[in-house]
Amino acid sequence: MFAEVAQLIVNGTVAGTILAVPAIGFTAIYGVLRFPNFTVASHATIGAFAGYVANVQFGVPAWGAVAFAFLIAGISGVLTDEFLLKPLRKTGPLTTAIASVALVIVLENVVRFFFGNDLRGYDLPIFRDWQVVGIRIGPQQVENMVIAVIAMAILFLFLTFTRMGKAMRAVADNPMLASIKGINADTVGRLVSFVGMGLAGLGGMLIGLDTSIDPLTGFRAILPIFAAAVVGGLGSIPGAVVGALTVGIGEELSILALGPEYRSVFGFFAILFVLLFRPRGLLGERAY
Amino acid sequence: MENYIVAMVTFAGIYGIMALGLNVIWGMAGMINLGLVGFFAFGAYTTTLLTKNLGLPIGLGMAAAFAATAVAGVGVALITGRMRGDYLAIVTLGFSETVRIGASNEIWLTNGTDGISGIPGPWRGEVTPETFNLIYLGIVSAFVLVIFTVMQRVRHAPLGRVLRAIRDDDQVTAVAGKNVIMHKAKAFALGAGVLGLAGAIYAHYVSYIAPDGFVPLITIYIVLALTAGGTGNNVGAVVGALLVVFFMESTRFLTEVVPGLEAVQYAALREMLIGGSLIAILHFRPTGLFPERIVRHEPAKEGQKS
Repeated sequence: MFAEVAQLIVNGTVAGTILAVPAIGFTAIYGVLRFPNFTVASHATIGAFAGYVANVQFGVPAWGAVAFAFLIAGISGVLTDEFLLKPLRKTGPLTTAIASVALVIVLENVVRFFFGNDLRGYDLPIFRDWQVVGIRIGPQQVENMVIAVIAMAILFLFLTFTRMGKAMRAVADNPMLASIKGINADTVGRLVSFVGMGLAGLGGMLIGLDTSIDPLTGFRAILPIFAAAVVGGLGSIPGAVVGALTVGIGEELSILALGPEYRSVFGFFAILFVLLFRPRGLLGERAY
Repeated sequence: MENYIVAMVTFAGIYGIMALGLNVIWGMAGMINLGLVGFFAFGAYTTTLLTKNLGLPIGLGMAAAFAATAVAGVGVALITGRMRGDYLAIVTLGFSETVRIGASNEIWLTNGTDGISGIPGPWRGEVTPETFNLIYLGIVSAFVLVIFTVMQRVRHAPLGRVLRAIRDDDQVTAVAGKNVIMHKAKAFALGAGVLGLAGAIYAHYVSYIAPDGFVPLITIYIVLALTAGGTGNNVGAVVGALLVVFFMESTRFLTEVVPGLEAVQYAALREMLIGGSLIAILHFRPTGLFPERIVRHEPAKEGQKS
């Protein structure tokens, strides 16, 4: 029993750490641009496929291909936001949210157009799982988790020490005050779209490394991503991390209580529970 | 060819009913519902389980679908009622995913991803399939007419005025002494109920439902229909649904315009066109073909209808 619970917690921690990456992307964009950009789903897919091309067709190892996933998804995020979503923001966050759902369909089908619906797997070296005091963990899982942690560490350093990072936090915190101080909201908006969607792409690839990818990879992850962001407090980056770990571990532990078939809807009930009892999320809505 | 047209008009009617349901929620009350396919599916499964598994009459199944979906809608509206609309966007989209995942996994109840076939339809099997389709077109048309009339009444009734006031400024409405959350819940209940009813009508028509049939693309169809027709306008909702079905069907001729692609690529292109046209309409004509006319309700004078 102890080993079983410990195994679930380990699995949940790995899944939660990986989930934190796209959840940070979603919540950071919400924090700065003030609308839920659902294209995190399609950008996770785009990243997963960009990483696939780098990994399988150009032979880049997984830890290098994730950079490619970040870059392509980030560029797509900036371009689609600049030309398709940004002009709509003045008409309200809800109209923009609707357009972003339409954009999810479009982008997902761009991927489908070029790659079809087949399941694809990355080209990965095969290792035997490690056994530590009765708990199994795969080297690939560890590598994915390390990549996720490094990505988050870079993000935190960027937000804490660089001028642009501070500007981003300032806009998220108080857009009017930030603009009085001469921070260009457009530049910050582009930056957050690039970084946020880049993280979504990186996260999509990390999710895919564990199993396989197809054009719906990103959309299938959308419920846990929402849940992580809302549970932690929409717009809060540390909140997204806490939320992602909560959702990741909670999904695994719910297997014990309810059986595996309810695992994927755990996120939705976590959202409802938090909204009922702590509407601003565990850490509140402050950006940082 | 006639069969094809009858089927398409029937689908347009079902989409029209959904667009009318969405219009109460989004058009009148200004509340977002990005998971309307979830409510549609919820209604479809409710009536299927009641009529096929328990053998209840179809009419009762449809009524239950309306009621059950309305209750689900109230729940969603009340939980997110005090928060900004973004949360409703997330929760509704989450709801539709949850319904789909639930329907895929609750195999004892829903037969999982295999779906449920053999859902009864009125006089199905007693008449020829062609006659059945015609009868069903009549039934759908009657539903469209009744729901349209009810929605027009709602729009001009005090409820509709309060809803539009909430949409335009909920704080002012609250100051004017209206219970904003209760009105939002009512709007969501009515709209979600109609979406569930549309799901029931769909299930009894096609006789087979599966989780794969309830994908987010359907949400886009309906939002596209309402936006193209004119958000807030019931006429726009119905006309928009006809246009969307016509548009979707005409994209089938893509195979002739761009030859030499694989089937999956044509499917991808069609979906891109549908998503792309919604984005285009939001950019270039957000009010739709029939913009909502502002109805001024002057204090009623003698012998004059307001």
